Parts: sequence; C-alpha cells; structure tokens
Amino acid sequence: MADVIAAPDGVNQHHPPGKNYLNAERGLKSWIFTLDHKRIGVMYLWSVLTAFLLGGLFAMLIRLELLTPQRTIMDADTYNQAFTLHGAIMTFLFIIPAIPASLGNFVLPLMLGAKDVAFPKLNLASYWVYVLGAIFAITAMVTGGVDTGWTFYTPYSTTTGGAVSTMTLAAFILGFSSIFTGVNFIATIHKMRAPGMTWFKMPLFVWGAYATAIIQVLATPILGITLLLLMMERLWEIGIFDPRLGGDPILFQHFFWFYSHPAVYIMILPGMAIMSEVIPVFSKKTIFGYRAIAYSSVAIAFISFLVWGHHMFVSGQSEAAAAIFSFLTFFVSIPSAVKVWNWLATMYRGSIELKAPMLYAIMFLLLFAIGGLTGLFLGALATDVHLHDTYFVVAHFHYVMMGSTTIAFIAGLHHWWPKMFGRTYSETLARVGAVLIFIGLNTTFLSQFVLGTRGMPRRYYNYLDQFQPLHAFSTFGSWILGLGLFIVLGYLLASLRKKYDAGDNPWGGRTLEWQTSSPPITHNFPGTPVVERGPYDYTTAQPQPVKIIPDR
Amino acid sequence: MNWFRSILLPVEGSAYAQQHDDLFMFIVWLSVFFFLLIAGLLGFFTWRYRRRGPDDITPNISHSFKLEVIWSVIPAIIVIVIFVWGFRGYVRATTSPGDALEIQVIGKKWLWEFEYPDGMRTLNEIHIPVGKPVRFIMSSEDVIHSFYVPSFRVKKDVVPNMYTELWLHPEEEGIHTLFCAEYCGRGHSDMLGSIYVDSEEKFSEWQEMGDERTRNMPLAELGAILYESRGCETCHSIDGSRRDGPSFGGIFGATHQFTDGTSAVVDENYLRQSILEPQAKILTSYEGIMPTFQGLLRDREIQALVEFIKSQQ
Repeated sequence: MADVIAAPDGVNQHHPPGKNYLNAERGLKSWIFTLDHKRIGVMYLWSVLTAFLLGGLFAMLIRLELLTPQRTIMDADTYNQAFTLHGAIMTFLFIIPAIPASLGNFVLPLMLGAKDVAFPKLNLASYWVYVLGAIFAITAMVTGGVDTGWTFYTPYSTTTGGAVSTMTLAAFILGFSSIFTGVNFIATIHKMRAPGMTWFKMPLFVWGAYATAIIQVLATPILGITLLLLMMERLWEIGIFDPRLGGDPILFQHFFWFYSHPAVYIMILPGMAIMSEVIPVFSKKTIFGYRAIAYSSVAIAFISFLVWGHHMFVSGQSEAAAAIFSFLTFFVSIPSAVKVWNWLATMYRGSIELKAPMLYAIMFLLLFAIGGLTGLFLGALATDVHLHDTYFVVAHFHYVMMGSTTIAFIAGLHHWWPKMFGRTYSETLARVGAVLIFIGLNTTFLSQFVLGTRGMPRRYYNYLDQFQPLHAFSTFGSWILGLGLFIVLGYLLASLRKKYDAGDNPWGGRTLEWQTSSPPITHNFPGTPVVERGPYDYTTAQPQPVKIIPDR
Repeated sequence: MNWFRSILLPVEGSAYAQQHDDLFMFIVWLSVFFFLLIAGLLGFFTWRYRRRGPDDITPNISHSFKLEVIWSVIPAIIVIVIFVWGFRGYVRATTSPGDALEIQVIGKKWLWEFEYPDGMRTLNEIHIPVGKPVRFIMSSEDVIHSFYVPSFRVKKDVVPNMYTELWLHPEEEGIHTLFCAEYCGRGHSDMLGSIYVDSEEKFSEWQEMGDERTRNMPLAELGAILYESRGCETCHSIDGSRRDGPSFGGIFGATHQFTDGTSAVVDENYLRQSILEPQAKILTSYEGIMPTFQGLLRDREIQALVEFIKSQQ
C-alpha cells in the first residue's frame, strides 16, 4: 500500500505554513477569474454579507419610523420604498444565495471529496450574474425607487411609478444565478462523490443542498416568466394581469407564489442542513434517524410545490381551493417536525459542548419551534383569515427567515470559519453576540405576534395609538439585535488579522472537509479520498484518518 | 385564562369571533406545550449530557423505528384536527345567510365607499343594525384592497373587475375599525373606516336624518370631522405642506392657475365645484386624480366642508 498515505489526523494539529487556496495565487485577477469553488464561495460570502448589511440598514430605518405613529423620520413614500427594498434585498440578494452559494459552494465539494464542482465556469458565471443582478437592483434603488413590496402584486405594480421594471429585471437576472448554482450542485452530487461515498454515506448537508437545488432548478423559471410578463405589462400593456386591459390580477399571485412558496424552502432547507452537521459534531454522537432526515428534505421539496395557495386564502380564490391548500399545507409541517425530534434525539446521551456553532444551533431549535408552531395558525383557514396580512405573518416569517435561516447561516459561518480562513475567533465575544442576538430577536418579533393578533395590518406607515407600546418595544429589540450582529461581524473580521491558528479539525468533525488542511489547498485534497466510514461515525473518541489515494 | 385571551385578541364582535378565538386559543396552548417540551428537552440534554472530557464515547444510536413512527403520527393527528376545525370555521365565515342586509362596497385609493339597498351612499363610515346579518358585496376601482374588521375576525380582498363578498353578524352595539389589509400605496395605512353597530331605532333614525352628533353642530366643526372621516386629509393637508392635492391652508381667496391656461379666485362656488366635479379645473403642477363626491355628501356636508376650508387661514 505504498501509494496510500494518511491525512493529518490530530484534533488540533497545526498545518505547516504552506500554500492554500487563499495564498496560492495573488492579485485581483486571480479572484475575478477564479474557477476555484472555495474562492467563489468566499466572494459570495462577502457579497451576501454586504447585502445583509444593506437590507439590515433598511430594517433599522423601518423600525425607527414605526417607533411612533405618523411621521417619525420619513414620509409615507420613503417608508413604502424602504420596506420594499428591505424585502427585495433580503430575499433575492441575501437569503436565497446566503447558504447554498457561499457556505454550500465552499463545503459541498469538500464534503464529497471532490476537487471542485462539476461545472466550475458555470459556478463563476453564477457569481457574476449575481453581481449583475445586484447592480440592477441598486440602479432601481437610486433611479426612482420601488414601492410595490417585494411581492410586486398587480395591478399596483403595473400602475405605480418608479423603477419597478428595473427591479423586476434584477430579480429575473438573479434567478439565473440561482439556477446555475442549483444545476451545478445536482451534477456535482450525482457525479463527483468520492469512491465509497454512497448516497446514504453523504453528509446530510449534501442532502439538504440537493433538495434545495431541485427546487431552485424547477421553481425559479416560473418566477422568471412571471417577472418577464410583468415587465411586458408595464412596457407594452399586453393585458395579462391588469384588469383594465382584460387581465387577471389574481393570476399574478398564483404565478408568483408558485415560485415564492417553494422559495421559502430554498431558504430554510439549507438552514436545516447546517443543523444536521453542527448538532452531531458538537454532541459527538451519530445523527439520529439519518434516513428520516434525508427523506424529509426531499419530501419537503416535493410538498413545497403543492401549497402555494395558502398565501391566497382571502384573495378571492375559490373556497374549495383554499380548503385543499390548507390541508396540504399541514403536511409540510410533519417532515419539519420529524427533523426537530431527530436533532433532539441526537443530543440525547451525547457529549455536548457549547461552542459558538452549537450555541446558535440551540438558538435555531428554539426559534424554529416558534416559527413552525405559529405556522399552524396560518395554515388553519379560520385563523388565517383573521391573521392574514397582519404583523402576525410578519413575525412568523421573520422567526423562520431571520430566527431560523439566518441563525443557521451564522451557525454554519462559525462552524466552517476556521476551515474557510484558518483562523479562530473569540469564544467569549461569540457568546456575548449570541445572547444579544437571541434577546434582540425575541424582543423585536414576539411583540409583533401580539400586534398581529390584535389586528394591526402589515405595510402600515401610520397606525392607531393603541398599537404604539408594542411597536416601540419591537423597535428597541431591533437595536439590541443590530448591536449583537455588529459584534459578530467585528470579531469575525478581527480574526482575519491573525496568523493561521485554527488547526485542521478544531471541532473533531467526521465529514471529509475536516480531513484536509485549514484553509484547504487549492485542489482540496492531496489526492482522492476513499470513504469507508459514515459521515457521523463517533464510535471512536478521536476522528480516524481517511485513506487518500495520491494523484498520479 | 380569559385575561390572556383578551390580551392577545381584540373584542369579540360576533358569535363567529368567539368560535374563531376558541380555535385560536387551542393552537396557542398546543404551541405553548410543544415549545416548552422542546425547550425543556434542549435544556435538560445540554446540561445532563455536557461534555466531560476529550475521551467521551457516545452510544451509537442510529434510529428507532418505533419512536419515529410515534413522532410522525401524533403530529399528523394533531394537524388533521386543526385542519378540520379551521375548515369548519371557514365554511361558517364564508357562507352568508339569505336574509342579510346587502351593502355594496367600492374600495379605491384611499377610501371606502358604501351603498345601501335604498340608494343611500356613505364614505368610510357605515351604520348597521345590531343582531342582523350584513353582507358586503365588494369591488375595487383601482388596485387590490382588503376589507378587514379585526373585531369580527373577517377579511377579504377587494379586487378590481370582480366581486368578492364577506358577511358579519354583529351581536352587540359598538364601534369597530375597518382596515385596508392589502398594500395599496401611499395612503394604505390611512384607508380606515368605522362600522357603527346601532340599535334598531338608532339605525333607522340615522338612515333618515344622518348622524345625531353632527345634526346641530356648527358647520365648520362638522367640516373638521368630515375632513378626517371622508378621507380629504389623505391628499389635502391643512398646514400648507404638499400632498397629492393642494393644501387647504390659506387656500380661500387665493388665485389658482389651471392646466387649461385659465385662472380663478378660490371662492365658495369654486370649492363646491371642486368637490362635485374635481376634473373640471385642475391646478397646474397637480394631477387630476381626485374622485367625484357627487351623491356621497349631503348638501349640508358640502357646506360644512366649504366652511371648514374657509376657516383654514
């Protein structure tokens, strides 16, 4: 066995200073034209974080305006643009690409033991198409703004002024970026798994990314054609959505949610996928119910296509349709609940270490529980009629998008940060940040549930005096939340000034990305890893080295 | 636990609202139970199974078919119960009885227009008799709006080019707020209305003579009320600041230039014409977007608004 060498195996072995993907090539051009999935992942990471910052800025402005009824800091038109941009930026520029395109791009090939994704050039194209889309979105922002809400409902969106067409074009372009990533992941997962890695030896993150990619590829084209029709309606009045021209405004809602409901799962499935990695690693225990988690990801992806009508219970669609959609909606909750029980069972009799990623994982479980349970109110027809388009809905989806997906993203960022950049961050500051974020999030959004149940509609610039205490409470919460997020950003950036100090496998993970150096070398592994053990094999106290066949 | 129910939810204006709230509270307690279960297990496991050292070995528990069936089937049963309960409420909320009082509703940016069976029309304000079902037949003149009355737990989108309907059965006298719940632009959050549930006598009195509070009110004072309740303030300020229409502040006696090149001094006749035929004279630098109020205001109400505008100097 002369051609088989062992990879570094120690938990905290320091990699000798040498070449890695970050310093192998230097200069701007080496980044702009890179085909390395890790570099593309890093470029995506900085881009989505910038989008998050921008979207977050709008969120803070919105909350500040809502501190008092009537005018606080801006007029109604500016407010309507602010919440539209907050929603559009957070959805299209941050949360959809956040996990798959940044962390996913980085770790997915590593987890599979591959040298790169299946189509590296398509991967680079995906990034630059994303940048192009972002440029259009910013153009729309500065040339007239958009005040339609991120949902672009007709006929408001076909009749209002501003740069609606430019913003729609931006979302149209961003759709391609999303499809490219999806196609790439599907091909990579099918064709580039290391020898020995059967479908059921893949890490569950890969299963989550696979289910996400399927939705991206199947659903995004629907959004594309819908937005194209909307643009044509605005430019040439073709009469498909605008009732003045013989169109049907509710048709737009059907088209829009046929994409945008599955898109909710494009956002949450990768978050769940991160949980399935972080929880076993920090419980040092094999995942409970591997197959149930893997199948439930695929089940969620499938059912997600059948429930779009639950956004339209009061829209004027038929009562029979509403009943069917309500019934199907409840069946998305079963696979989601199964996952939560599986994660909890994984922790049972584990060896739990409350490092930063695990802290966020626990936070995820609590916030996702709230987000999921409040979904029951919205799935049930009678209660949805009262709560639809109120702050209850706003609070519900922020618990899922912010409290779950974004928290999972932060958990993943802390989990793979040492792998991506080879540096460790301050655990103490991480705890302070996590506690502030947890308090801030709940202060901001728990109060909004009560606003909603008491009848406060959403997208309101002005409101009745009786709602003011809860609005003010929510605004204070947003400041705590913002502070917590800035602390996280601060210590993560500060860690980049340090020397490489992370070690190859700081958490003792068993998946393949921990079997290479931190940061990884350009080709990921010195050869081809051969998989013999499962991804969550914690039968030994220490990670066992994987066999690597050197390249000829 | 009634105090908890009344913190979470607004007043219950009908028997349906009570039924709705029963389901609502059922899901609340169910959620509280499952949240505490999850949080409790999380806390307990994190403490009980904390890491003791680098040589910890954990049991290799891959799955348990029995457990997995249990925790899939129990939630499935629970959600089916919630579905059926919610469905039955929805059927009740959407099936109106045949003997209802029918009121036509037009939603437009940014006001509600109502028409009673006898042809009487009102704006942003309706009176309905207590104990009698009322059916609203609704349509929009521009974009999608949504008719939402939290006290009755009912909501329905108001869509252009199609009729939607909604009904309610008020059980007690009272005043309830009507909100627009579908985003419709600048005045969305000011597109409110009031629903007065009156006793039978008060209702027929109102039908004949208008609102008792305003019957003997000085004109300018009545005008101030109408300025808010009829939606004038959405587009016309009184402090001179610019909205979609010219401000009322200092408007009386000023000279207006119109888009057709003519001009006129603002007097009573001009104001009256602008309320009833707003498209006749469009001020330069403004768009002619004001709807007509012909048939929507009583003569005394027009006089009151003119007096109110006159008093804004």
